[in-house]
Amino acid sequence: MRSNPKALTGLLLLGVFVVLAVAGPWLAPFDPSQRSSDLLLPPSSAHWFGTTHLGQDIFSQVLVGTRSVVFVGAVAGVVATVLSVLVGVTSGYLSGSAGEGLSALSNVFLVIPALPLIIIITSSLPQTSNLTIALTIGLTSWAWNARVLRAQTLSLRRRDYVEAARATGESTWRIIVFEILPNLTAVIASGFVGTVLFAVVSEITLAFIGVSDAGGWNWGTVLYWAQSQQALAQGAWWWFVPAGLAIAVLGTALSLVNFGIDEYVNPRLRGRTSARGVRMRVGFTPVLSEEAS
Amino acid sequence: MSFLLKRFAFYLVTAWAAVTINFLVPRLIPGDPVQALITKQRGQMTTEAVRSLYVLFGLDKNESLAEQYVHYLGQLLRGDLGLSFTFFPSPVADVIGTGLPWTVGLVGITTVIGFAIGTAAGTVAGWRRGSWADALIPITTFLSSIPYFWLGLVAIALLTGPASFFPAGGAYETGLVPGWDWEFVGSVLRHSLLPAVTILISSVSGWILSMRNMMVTVSSEDYVTVAHAKGLSERRVMVAYAARNALLPNVSGFALALGFIVGGTLLVEIVFSYPGLGLQLFQAVGAKDYPLMQGIFLIITLSVLLANLLADVAYLALDPRTRREG
Amino acid sequence: MSDRVLEIRGLTVQYGLGADAVQAVRDVTLTLHRGEVLGLAGESGSGKSTLAYGMTRLLPPPGVVRGGEVLFHTDDGETVDVLRMRDAELRRFRWAEVALVFQGAMNSLNPVQRVSTQLMDVIKAHAPRSSAMSRKARARELLALVNISADRLDSYPHQLSGGMRQRVMIAMALALEPRVVIMDEPTTALDVVVQRQILSTLAELRERLGFSVVFITHDLSLLAEFADRIAIMYGGRVVEEAASADLYRTPLHPYSDGLLRSFPALKGPRRELSGIPGSPPDLRAMPAGCAFHPRCPRAMDRCGDHSPELGVPTGHAGDDRTVACWLHPVV
Ligand SMILES: Nc1ncnc2c1ncn2[C@@H]1O[C@H](COP(=O)(O)OP(=O)(O)OP(=O)(O)O)[C@@H](O)[C@H]1O
Ligand SMILES: [Mg+2]
Repeated sequence: MRSNPKALTGLLLLGVFVVLAVAGPWLAPFDPSQRSSDLLLPPSSAHWFGTTHLGQDIFSQVLVGTRSVVFVGAVAGVVATVLSVLVGVTSGYLSGSAGEGLSALSNVFLVIPALPLIIIITSSLPQTSNLTIALTIGLTSWAWNARVLRAQTLSLRRRDYVEAARATGESTWRIIVFEILPNLTAVIASGFVGTVLFAVVSEITLAFIGVSDAGGWNWGTVLYWAQSQQALAQGAWWWFVPAGLAIAVLGTALSLVNFGIDEYVNPRLRGRTSARGVRMRVGFTPVLSEEAS
Repeated sequence: MSFLLKRFAFYLVTAWAAVTINFLVPRLIPGDPVQALITKQRGQMTTEAVRSLYVLFGLDKNESLAEQYVHYLGQLLRGDLGLSFTFFPSPVADVIGTGLPWTVGLVGITTVIGFAIGTAAGTVAGWRRGSWADALIPITTFLSSIPYFWLGLVAIALLTGPASFFPAGGAYETGLVPGWDWEFVGSVLRHSLLPAVTILISSVSGWILSMRNMMVTVSSEDYVTVAHAKGLSERRVMVAYAARNALLPNVSGFALALGFIVGGTLLVEIVFSYPGLGLQLFQAVGAKDYPLMQGIFLIITLSVLLANLLADVAYLALDPRTRREG
Repeated sequence: MSDRVLEIRGLTVQYGLGADAVQAVRDVTLTLHRGEVLGLAGESGSGKSTLAYGMTRLLPPPGVVRGGEVLFHTDDGETVDVLRMRDAELRRFRWAEVALVFQGAMNSLNPVQRVSTQLMDVIKAHAPRSSAMSRKARARELLALVNISADRLDSYPHQLSGGMRQRVMIAMALALEPRVVIMDEPTTALDVVVQRQILSTLAELRERLGFSVVFITHDLSLLAEFADRIAIMYGGRVVEEAASADLYRTPLHPYSDGLLRSFPALKGPRRELSGIPGSPPDLRAMPAGCAFHPRCPRAMDRCGDHSPELGVPTGHAGDDRTVACWLHPVV
């Protein structure tokens, strides 16, 4: 981990978001929905991120909204990861038509555009809450990881130690749990992180077009109000910049973690290619000059 | 050819799955919001229109699910997607017909251009690993984490205004009559420039990253070393040996990712009030216009499937191994 | 010395830089004469491929050449050092003078281009003014050299068998009539019959065209027939070098002896097959003294603390054989 600065930075940033998700409502200086007479003020020491057209404190909105974002990301990530492991590993391990069928199922879900699908489902629900949104996202976004896991399982299945375990008559589920899953840890982790990123962006997007937890706050609802109150036309940049930056920083943190995992899985991406003034190049091996060595 | 046939069969199955999801969602979810809307508008609707909405949303409780399904499919095949409530009393099919060309023009073209630019930049970034090109990575990571629509908001805030060259929204100057004349085409281009750049900036970075990683992986293949050993020019090794092979997984990744990308790009239309399917979807969600939402979902899915088929054709042309031997 | 074509002097190659670098080739000196086949043998991991790619500067990162010289004597008597060439010079030199056939030619061909394209682009790169017609004719001629019919020109690599691909690679290596061809286990992946066919084609081509070959393998019995001289590598060093008949009859280094006993002899005296106990050394923790001494059946006290130098053993007439072993003090 120490040798992987990208993953470390990403994890630290994620830790900060999780802490804010837990403590946000206590840390927030105002009730995010509370109106006041400070209408549409730019950032100041009283209102760090300024106020809305109703005098609500945007800093508190963003802070309180973190919980919903982290919650939806985590729940959707877990649901999608569990599904993808079930479908992907099973379809990779089972030979024949059962495996093919499951693989076709994940391809179907992969090709159907996810966001419009999520929109028609969530907006048909009688009431929308963070949980239903998270479940909808989780249930519709497992296909990519299932596909990756299937490919990995297919190749693991042919490894010697798996063949050997099968030959000694170990039960299928024991082989899957003890021989195959441990080798998929990195892939599963990277799939989880990717899904969390997708879920977060989806939730915010949904909230931005008006589908969100009734009465709750998240970064997307902040942007929704900013957009519907023409914050831009009024020059109220502070209304949409903080929420957007929060998304970008969270997204970057998740991507960094995934880069770390990628480099761990694919060593070709890792090696430093220049050090001590020597640039390593494919096709032209450097020759160290006497002084440099 | 068998490769394409197989893919085609798969897309048919997927299209069928999308239709079936569309059929099931309103029937599985309790509450009849459509019923309420119909009741409200009843006076202004013909009996056929009411009938068609009944078929689409399973409001006729006397029919079994199987019967409903048969009627539903039959009605879709006739192209009848019901009436839109937002654009009352236009049929959904007509509403989508006005939005689709704008979306194909904006989202379709920019997605392809974004892929092309990103792949080219990723080729160079992967090839020149360990040089200045590595600085691209943190920047692109950050950019690719920003939702498309937010970037659009920033662009509007910074670049538009009463005196600006860029209009803040719409697809063309109000008052112009659509037609193939310079004034109209010029206005369309000017209006689509900013949304297009927004989509490009957000989508390009993903392609840069994936192409770069593929280039790094492919660069250590034996045939690339052989190409160097042959004394070929740097350019030829990079393009004809490394990039040519790295492109293949990127093209299949493009096909697979379309379903994800389209969602994000549609949102850009909302921000720029660009009159395509994304804006219509937004309006439909706001007004709880279920027929329009479902119609748009179907059309977007079909377009993505068609785009996938095109990507398959491209893949077929690029990879001799998928062609039939002979 | 007009008959030398390639001289490697004190070549050291390592993976990585700084403290965690491992030296996979250490201070290797070898000479290749015109028209000769030099066999390079050693266990897996002894540094044969690293030597081959290091001296042509084709070693992928994190490989770096630490030092030494790789001198090439051109036909007009000039001497160039491959390690001191600039990129453009190196590109011009490559394939025109030294061509390679890689370990596992399965992956040596670009999967998305036709065989003809890959044969012709190397000609075009080195003779930009040649006509497309003449290049095509040359490609056809090259395939004929390795007994492949001309209608395979339009094939893609995946349409060829493993043996055919290997032949295509050999044909490609000969495209510019290089002085030296380096072959890294060119036939290991193939079955014995195909392996024989390719080797005899190769022997015949060499007679006819007169290039020199560096032939890398871990199968010594193959070299006995095919090579003129053999160098044995262990732990990144050359431990013995001799005419192939001499090495075969009287191996001096216990490691060479062990290697010979690892393969059934195809001809010559039968040996007891015993192999070598133990496993190759860890490059990160090389034993002190002679790297082979922990596995050596005849190790002495001295082997543990002093590393033997490569040199002509006393009692050997002439200077065409060298060994690095305390059993055979050098002059
Ligand atoms: N990228 C690398 N980083 C560190 N060490 C390496 C690397 N590549 C090879 N080595 C080490 O260098 C040594 C020599 O490898 P090399 O491939 O030259 O062996 P070889 O003699 O060609 O073996 P084989 O007969 O299996 O082809 C090995 O011990 C190997 O572990
Ligand atoms: Mg080797």
